[in-house]
Amino acid sequence: MNENLEQDLQKQLRKEAIRRNWNLFRQSKLGMIGLYIVIFFLFLALLQPLLFVTGIWNKGVYDPVVGYEAIKDTFLVVECPKEYPTEKYESMKDCPGDGEINVKRLYLAPGVEVGDYYEAFIQPAPPSSRHLLGTDSLGRDVFSQIMEGSQVAFVLGFLSATLGVGISTILGTIAAFFGGRVDAYLMRQSDLILMLPSLPLLFIISAFAELKVWHLAIVLGVLGGLGGSVITIKSQALQVKVKPFVDSARITGGSRWRIMFSHVLPNVAPLALLFMVFSVTGAIASESVLSFLGLLNIDMSWGIMIYLSQTDGFIFSGLEFWWLILPAGLAVTLLAGGFYLVGRGLDDVFNPRLRKR
Amino acid sequence: MKKNVIEVTNLEKYYEVSGGFFSRKKDIVKAVDDISFEIPFGESLGLVGQSGCGKTTTARALCLLDPKTGGDVKFYNNETQDMENIDNLEDEELKKFRRNIQMIFQDPYESLNPRWTIKDIILEPLNIHNIGDLQDREEAVVEILKTVGLTPASNYLPRYPHELSGGQRQRVSIARTLIMKPKFVVCDEPTSMLDVSIRISIMDLMLNLAKDLEVSYLYITHDLAVARYMCNRIAVMFNGKIVEIAETEELLNNPIHPYTKRLISSIPVPDPSYDRKVYDVNYDELDAIIAKHGTDNPMVDMGNEHYIATHDVKGLI
Amino acid sequence: MSKEVLSVKNLNMHYETLSGDVHAVKDVSFSVKEGESFGLVGESGCGKTSVAMSLLQLQADNAKISSGSIQLDGVELVGMNESELRKVRWDGISIVFQGAMNAWNPVVKVGEQIREAIREHYPEKSKAENTEKIESLFKMVGLDASVIDRFPHELSGGMKQRAIIALALSCDPKVVIADEPTTALDVVIQDQILKEIKKVQELLGLSLIYISHDIAVIAEMTNRMAVMYAGRVVESGPTAEIFANPRHSYTKALLESTPSVVGDRVKLNSLEGEPPSLIDEIPGCSFAPRCPNKTTTCKPELDMKLVEVGPEHYVDICSKESH
Repeated sequence: MNENLEQDLQKQLRKEAIRRNWNLFRQSKLGMIGLYIVIFFLFLALLQPLLFVTGIWNKGVYDPVVGYEAIKDTFLVVECPKEYPTEKYESMKDCPGDGEINVKRLYLAPGVEVGDYYEAFIQPAPPSSRHLLGTDSLGRDVFSQIMEGSQVAFVLGFLSATLGVGISTILGTIAAFFGGRVDAYLMRQSDLILMLPSLPLLFIISAFAELKVWHLAIVLGVLGGLGGSVITIKSQALQVKVKPFVDSARITGGSRWRIMFSHVLPNVAPLALLFMVFSVTGAIASESVLSFLGLLNIDMSWGIMIYLSQTDGFIFSGLEFWWLILPAGLAVTLLAGGFYLVGRGLDDVFNPRLRKR
Repeated sequence: MKKNVIEVTNLEKYYEVSGGFFSRKKDIVKAVDDISFEIPFGESLGLVGQSGCGKTTTARALCLLDPKTGGDVKFYNNETQDMENIDNLEDEELKKFRRNIQMIFQDPYESLNPRWTIKDIILEPLNIHNIGDLQDREEAVVEILKTVGLTPASNYLPRYPHELSGGQRQRVSIARTLIMKPKFVVCDEPTSMLDVSIRISIMDLMLNLAKDLEVSYLYITHDLAVARYMCNRIAVMFNGKIVEIAETEELLNNPIHPYTKRLISSIPVPDPSYDRKVYDVNYDELDAIIAKHGTDNPMVDMGNEHYIATHDVKGLI
Repeated sequence: MSKEVLSVKNLNMHYETLSGDVHAVKDVSFSVKEGESFGLVGESGCGKTSVAMSLLQLQADNAKISSGSIQLDGVELVGMNESELRKVRWDGISIVFQGAMNAWNPVVKVGEQIREAIREHYPEKSKAENTEKIESLFKMVGLDASVIDRFPHELSGGMKQRAIIALALSCDPKVVIADEPTTALDVVIQDQILKEIKKVQELLGLSLIYISHDIAVIAEMTNRMAVMYAGRVVESGPTAEIFANPRHSYTKALLESTPSVVGDRVKLNSLEGEPPSLIDEIPGCSFAPRCPNKTTTCKPELDMKLVEVGPEHYVDICSKESH
């Protein structure tokens, strides 16, 4: 009977602890905004496979990489007015007049005369009810690409953050615990990594190997894990190491490893978790930069979307083709920012000094 | 002859301190300088002095937290029921021996791992030493919680330290300490951070446990009034040395060493009508006298097992 | 009978927190007379520091004084705006708070910091005048005049605390609050500081409010005292009278649980339980759950009131009868 009482109380206490922490987190407005953003993108990431499985979306049309939809429109073939130099009319829409198409563009199509109605593909197509965010220059659905991109962002973010924080937590604790040469070595290594410019390093790595998402996650994770966070985790572990409860475990005869893993690690864990959330932000941003520079071998991501709109020459066309640039750009900014804000909110929970008493 | 739980002879703890950022010269700080005492079975010794006098350093050296730099310490071994010097023990034997020595810390907020439940905290010593099976261990935990007055145990076991009050936490510390059934426990000001009304109940609990479980305390405190309540004998420490050691009432009523007198005269008395005795002692002079004589510091029996350090304090007495 | 310098009437103060309002000060009334030393004793969380902060109107942002009045020389402090308060603070009331010795700015000389405080209130005084004043204050608290030109890190803990006392006295306040000024110090230094405070108080005829958890210190330092428990004053009166003839069960418990180095070695009595949480309203006597002398007449529906039981000796008892 006692056993049951104890277990009931345990459950109840755990629930209370969760509720208390949740209440603290909820107090932070920024944290909540971040959480909503993250949840929104998580929803997008999960929605896409659901749409495919249920058959609402046809893979042939909506697949973010190989889907294709030819959207045609009818145009009146006109000769452009003299005052506009014809060389300028590279695209169908350049010529003044709605629903018209200039002659120069049609030189390739034999048998078409001025005054005819001519059916032409429009790609990239602007948003429509069928393609909520339009299509890109290959006729692929942009909305589906955004969803695919958020999957990539989450996988990359969590993989690299977990790896990085795992490494830095273990190394930081070891440095704090063993001190001496081990500490000196790990700290110099951190300094070195901190000094290394990580983007150029990634350029070099990508020159030697084809970087896929999970490769990138490992590289980012290891770089992050060996870098500055080791120093921060170490300083936290040093503070925990001199606490009386550690002394009392030592007096009882607890081994070094035991103390490290069961006393010190759980007490640096909150800080590590905080680091993890912040490093997701970094990973998402790095991926975009590398993709934008065309250094990654990834089929689809937000960075790739911006890269493609750049290589196709749409990025400098102002806002006329906004659906090719804005959604991907916003998604990168929002999700990276969202994780940062969640980190800020968690900081309020873990950092009792900042709490309102 | 009386049996002892601990015999300390000429204990020393020196630290090397570098002279400054650019200096290569190393200074030696004598945190604990040649102190000797023993604690008979079932008795408690109070170690009293100002902060920085070396009492906590002594405690840490006796608990094998920091290695001593000199002297000889013999502990009572629960198993062999004999005094043992543990300087040359191998790792495994040393670990086994550690169950004979325990320590209770000052700060109940810092001495329990905030991420562990009370149950895990009290279980830890049993887990480290692999005593009994899981059920035995859990029964032992429930039993010890009852002993320290935390009942019903099921109400405390799954809780975390921050859910308990200071007094309750200190009870948990005591439970954790006593679950190994040690005969010698070092207490580093265990009640100084507790509220007045809680303090006595913890002190009474410790006194009762000492009687019931035959535990001896080395009770470290800056408060002579507390030491008087807790201990059979009191040793007064000053600048790393024990300057006077005697039976509690003897020490309080007939202090001989000027530092002891100074210490006694500075304790406020909870009685508005009482006029404190004023001993005027010149600190600098006292300090200089003690420093001059270095380690050559045998204790002299003044009768009634009342010992004082023999450095030339006669001019000050 | 000397006149009252400070009078607190029916002061109520609470903190707004996430888990609800914490009623830290409940219906507290007391007065301090000219030149007397008044003690406020109680355990941590009993509201004594909250009272001190209210006296200076220095309470935390989430603290609200819901009712009551604090009058310094007949001038109401509750509801004063910040610029009026700045004039009252330091030359009306000043404070030496717990751990104040760590409040020195480490890069400014001690004397300069005190000079600045004086300049704030008496801009007309010359530098030489101020230096003279600081020297005399230092002499009073047992510090060498050379300390004026020293940096805080060059001073020991006891010296820093003495200098803090000099700082508190620098603008000739009518009332000085000492909130556990010796808690972080050693017994011997505590003893020196206590003597210093007492000497200065008698010398200058200051009104002192001494706040402590240590009833022994209160016994030595004060003429009159009040005992606080769970935000309320449960007993107040002349110190000697309260020690000789405690009426409230909590006061008795406090006295019985303080060890002493003099007198017979007696068995001390401990109190069961813990002080109540101040979030919930406690109807009736807040000490009743822990009270060893509780009787069947102690009912939560009874209102509590301070009742005079002797000359200037008040006890918080319920409207029916004392327990």
